[in-house]
Amino acid sequence: MTHDSASRSTFDLLLTPAVAALLFVAGYAALFVAPTERSMGVVQRIFYFHVPSAWTAFVAFFIVFIANIAYLTRRRQHWDWLAVSAAEVGLAFCTVVLVTGPLWAKPVWFIWWTWDARLTSTLVLWLLYLTYLLLRTLVDDPARRAIVSAVFGIFAFLDVPLVYMSIRWWRTQHPQPVIAGGEGSGLDPLMWRVFLLCWAALLGLMVLLLRQRYRLERARHELAELSLAADSQRPG
Amino acid sequence: MPSLLTAASTILAKELRTEFRTRELLTTTVVFSLMVVVLFSFTFDPTAAESRRIGGGLLWIAFLFAGSLMLHPSFTREQSNETLAALRLAPIEPFAILLGKLLANFLFLLLAELLLLPVFAVLYDVPLLPLTTRLLPLLLVLVLGTLGLVTAGTVFAAISAHARMRELLLPVLLLIVLTPVLISAALATTSLLADPPELPRTAVVLLVAFDVIFLTATWLFGEYLFEE
Repeated sequence: MTHDSASRSTFDLLLTPAVAALLFVAGYAALFVAPTERSMGVVQRIFYFHVPSAWTAFVAFFIVFIANIAYLTRRRQHWDWLAVSAAEVGLAFCTVVLVTGPLWAKPVWFIWWTWDARLTSTLVLWLLYLTYLLLRTLVDDPARRAIVSAVFGIFAFLDVPLVYMSIRWWRTQHPQPVIAGGEGSGLDPLMWRVFLLCWAALLGLMVLLLRQRYRLERARHELAELSLAADSQRPG
Repeated sequence: MPSLLTAASTILAKELRTEFRTRELLTTTVVFSLMVVVLFSFTFDPTAAESRRIGGGLLWIAFLFAGSLMLHPSFTREQSNETLAALRLAPIEPFAILLGKLLANFLFLLLAELLLLPVFAVLYDVPLLPLTTRLLPLLLVLVLGTLGLVTAGTVFAAISAHARMRELLLPVLLLIVLTPVLISAALATTSLLADPPELPRTAVVLLVAFDVIFLTATWLFGEYLFEE
């Protein structure tokens, strides 16, 4: 993230309409271009936003992990700002996954929710990062907050594969992975292209949101410093 | 500078001495986990067959709740007299403080579990013998699960000691991260209480993986928690 405001504004001036256009095209492609799935019908089109949202959330949580480690080893505030921004954006995408999943499940499985491996893992993932953000609200001192939340963030991220493996062992009844599954699975090439387009659009949206949220965090920090400086100048 | 193990065992000895002067932490933990086990019977009223099926889960829920409450004093006890600052000034690695406290918490919780286990067996009519096929594998699960619980728990106790709502925050942080421990330990315990008893290898692998990963993470990143 550069602090060069001129190049930043030009970049954002292009980024925002580009992401908006990409989202529009992706939405159109998912609804009208992609072929209708034979057994599930139209409702299957949720897949084009459900799965890319999940992948985008994973990318965001990975950024949190990297930023957590970078903060602990480098001690530059901007890593902490990046961590909290990515955690919030990742949680938003993870929420989309948890909302679109039941919308698809109700007509296809006839239930909103089932305690299967991937659903439960996603719920635990969501709770882990909700806890991360909750922890941040409960520590007042900024330096202390950055350290303890970075340590917790690292623990949470390391926990994710263990959560996934233990829950998968606990039970599974989710439809087998159709993207890299066994025989009879696989996506139609056109479906694939639409899918990747949707993922690109959502990644673009993530970058946009991340930049906005990061800037907000920096502005908050600057405001806090300014009001501290103003206080110290006041007589008495 | 003393070696890591010497320093950690000094901290461990100090923790044990403090605790065994009053034994209040241990007593309260045992009584608390007994309450959970008793209340469970009121709310679910299980038959003997159901007890065996849910026994592992019930036992580990009791341990998890007890653990998430008993780990809290580990660092807040040091705050009342500012003794953590003194520990930090000692010429030892910060990780030694965590390791010593972690081992002390491990012994406290394991002791509480071992006291609860026979009471649980009597109340819910579940067998603990034969020794080699049931009790020893059960002890292995207790040791591995408890180690994972107190490793994450001690680190999170150091984290939540600086937060508002800290008494409530520690269980919130801990319970969700302990999902893999709860699943593996509870399912392993349940299948060890079944007839014939069986120790699922996957559970042992998952518990060992949890312990190794989080002990390593504590060793790598735990020391940052002691900065001022």
